[in-house]
Amino acid sequence: MEENSTYTPANFKSDQAVRWCPGCGDHAILNTLHKAMATLGIAPHMTAVISGIGCSSRLPYYMNTFGFHTIHGRAAAVATGYKVANPKMTVWQISGDGDGLAIGGNHFIHAVRRNVDINIILFNNKIYGLTKGQYSPTSDRGFVSKSSPYGTVEDPFIPAELVFGARGNFFARSIDVELATSQEVLAAAAKHKGTSVVEILQNCVIFNNGIHNPITDREIRADHTILLRHGEKMVFGKDKNRGLVRDGFLLKAITIGEDGYTLDDVLVHDAHTPSNFLHQQLAMMDGLGELPLALGVIRDVETPTYNDGVDEQVRQVKAKKGFDSLRDMILAGETWEVK
Amino acid sequence: MLEKTNVKVLDKVVVRFSGDSGDGMQLAGNIFTNVSAGLGNQVSTFPDYPAEIRAPQGSLGGVSGFQVSVGTDVHTPGDSCDVLVAMNPAALKQHVKFLKPGGVVIVDIDSFKEADLKKAMFKTDKPFEELAINGQLVEVPVTSMTKAALADKGLDNKSVLKCRNIFALGLICWLFDRPLEAARRHLQKKFAKKPAIFEANSAVLQAGYDYGHNIHASVSTYKVETEDPRPGIYTDINGNTATAWGLIMASEKCGRPLFLGSYPITPATDILHELAKRKDLGVKACQMEDEIAGVCSAIGASFAGNLAVTSTSGPGLALKSEGIGLAVMAELPLVIIDVQRGGPSTGLPTKTEQTDLMQALYGRNGESPLAVVAPASPTDCFTMAFEACRIAVEHMTPVILLSDAFIGNGSSAWRVPEADEFPQIKTPDVPADKLAAGDWHPYDRRENLGRYWPEGGTEGATHRLGGLEKDCTTGAISNDPANHEKMVLLRREKIARIANNIPLLETMGNADADTLLIGWGGTYGHLRTAAEELNGEGTPVAFAHFRYINPLPANALDVIRKYKRVIVAELNTGMFADYLQAKLPGINILRINKIQGQPFAVSEIKEHVKNLISK
Repeated sequence: MEENSTYTPANFKSDQAVRWCPGCGDHAILNTLHKAMATLGIAPHMTAVISGIGCSSRLPYYMNTFGFHTIHGRAAAVATGYKVANPKMTVWQISGDGDGLAIGGNHFIHAVRRNVDINIILFNNKIYGLTKGQYSPTSDRGFVSKSSPYGTVEDPFIPAELVFGARGNFFARSIDVELATSQEVLAAAAKHKGTSVVEILQNCVIFNNGIHNPITDREIRADHTILLRHGEKMVFGKDKNRGLVRDGFLLKAITIGEDGYTLDDVLVHDAHTPSNFLHQQLAMMDGLGELPLALGVIRDVETPTYNDGVDEQVRQVKAKKGFDSLRDMILAGETWEVK
Repeated sequence: MLEKTNVKVLDKVVVRFSGDSGDGMQLAGNIFTNVSAGLGNQVSTFPDYPAEIRAPQGSLGGVSGFQVSVGTDVHTPGDSCDVLVAMNPAALKQHVKFLKPGGVVIVDIDSFKEADLKKAMFKTDKPFEELAINGQLVEVPVTSMTKAALADKGLDNKSVLKCRNIFALGLICWLFDRPLEAARRHLQKKFAKKPAIFEANSAVLQAGYDYGHNIHASVSTYKVETEDPRPGIYTDINGNTATAWGLIMASEKCGRPLFLGSYPITPATDILHELAKRKDLGVKACQMEDEIAGVCSAIGASFAGNLAVTSTSGPGLALKSEGIGLAVMAELPLVIIDVQRGGPSTGLPTKTEQTDLMQALYGRNGESPLAVVAPASPTDCFTMAFEACRIAVEHMTPVILLSDAFIGNGSSAWRVPEADEFPQIKTPDVPADKLAAGDWHPYDRRENLGRYWPEGGTEGATHRLGGLEKDCTTGAISNDPANHEKMVLLRREKIARIANNIPLLETMGNADADTLLIGWGGTYGHLRTAAEELNGEGTPVAFAHFRYINPLPANALDVIRKYKRVIVAELNTGMFADYLQAKLPGINILRINKIQGQPFAVSEIKEHVKNLISK
């Protein structure tokens, strides 16, 4: 990874005591965010971190940047206004699965659709923690919680699917405990121009402890996940002997050297290809069956951003028929003089 | 020819254009207004249009009207009209009630066929008798004359019929001696990209004008007085455009770029339209995904350092309330424009009311005071939009501007202010020496209790804001009970101190009267005219009009206490009266209320005032 020595992680830490529960996955994400920011060479005062409401949304208080802990669900809208108004700033949005996908679902999909240049970190723990344990829009069907004592009777959102449905052009995924991967994808998200969505599977140690374990448990993680990197073979597994190949229109996990498959058959990840067909298939692998859960940067395609579009339009209109002042503009219109 | 008999010299006349909502009545009315303003008349307009974009043609529900008063001392579009133009029976039926006794009614007699009468629910085939019109009826074959004028233009029938409004305009221009050249200039601008349509309208305009010369009939007409207004450059402006321009003026005077986050809603959308055009002045106007995103994007823009605004109407203000509470708590400047319409719920989207006052003052959770101001007229929207921004920035608070459909859509001639007519806004940048010394906290306050407002990207000014209660100086999250009470009182006192930074209340009319008539916001024109006429007719009243609602001007309560009888007139069930009453125990505030989605009529105010005085 490209290193920048101007800033250290400590430059991005505020003096506030961190108040998350001991063992909460948020601690790890905060630390990797500090580290990722230090690699970017962007000053703390050129950085804004904006959140909604929820446990994860406390994060801005722990950043020595401009920070705004706003209201439930609205972080994407606040961040959009911030970026458009002050485009020289690097803007991050912190939201949980409830904040981002339930009460804030509308703002989330529209931020992604507009492609405003903000970096959204979606902390997905499949539970409402701050309100003490209700199911969230990412909780699996049948999930038992305080507000679903007999199990939910609704299907969850899969954040990646929502991002692709909203025509997103950057999607990455990590796990709270995968520190190196988190740092890598957060830095990549910051460098991407346009809306970046990074889903981090986060463990709520109090209300949903172990919810991601069937995938993330240290013992089995290597066989249930695959780290995708642009230009690299899609191999995974404890022994790095498993790979992804095309099977008609679908993906298939194979073992290299078995059933006639060789390393040459294994797909090479192309995060930059404009078509999202394969990206979506990769992002939808759930890690629970044959196919591993994809981590890393799954899609990273540059398209025009909303804030650049606004600035460019201002520049063009001003160049063509701009005015120096309101009065000049009015006087160029229909007026009459009384002497 | 149409003889001009009974020439009355009047200080003002009122014309009402009425027709189907697709008949172009707003355009005809607007052009007549602009032409009159260009002659030095004062103008005041009232577009009265249905919520449906195109109700069934010829139906009573689809009638669209445009009333304009021109002349001198014009403060309202008039209670009733001297001349009514009715393009069809439905328009006549709906709007004949606005005709002054003995006034002139011009109808398109071609559209008074049996089927047309049926659509307008006439019971007989004698519509004029059925309506018992008390006025001078002029039956003009507008449709057939329009067709004849365009016979050789090669236009399709639909395009021909669309020119009927301009025939009526031509006739009205003849009636009032308005020069056609000016009207033609407006048409040319309107149809700049459609020269064939301009040519057609221009020919029809002339035909309507000539028709006046060429037929034999008699009709009374009016000589309209003009007055010499203050020298300067004038333009015709409606309240929503004036609001948008006032915001731009404030942006120029505070040195911060203007950001609008908005979502379309009647009758406020024109503000979004105007600011979207003003990229030529560097304005960033964002149409967001909903009302909440409108206010929240503006809050983000404010934290980033822009002069930030959101525009809406009542239902949208309800949706924005949580966001506004955040701006109260974060103590960020934010201007919220509410162009009020009839409520509750979706209510009367195109009609006017003053029923959002309580929502503006109190419609948030917790103790969340903010400033509320209300423009008095279409042109005052410019001044008060500027004032809303000035207060927001200098005092670091959200400010709600309560406009309404009547003044938002109404227009007047407006003198373009000189560059130095409006003051510089004192933008609270963090002093450089404080920043350099590291001696700055986000909740440090100035003498008026407002915070400082560093732009995003200011070195040494990184800080965190949020909706949680904050320590009164460091801004760190605080659950301390005493700190919370202190902060609640500080936020209240901060709003109260705005009273030191706004003009005192002035009274008009007869200062020695026992009776004080009080109004606020968009009813100014009607109330002022009523007060003037009452004084002229021997009923002495003083008149005070509020444009600063919270806080009230510092002298307001003392002024009110001087009068024996206090009457508050407003377009709701008594919200401002209740608000004042709470501050003035012991004074019995009398009320005049109207909740019909329509502005006051001067006559009804006078009548109510006389009744209240005689009791």
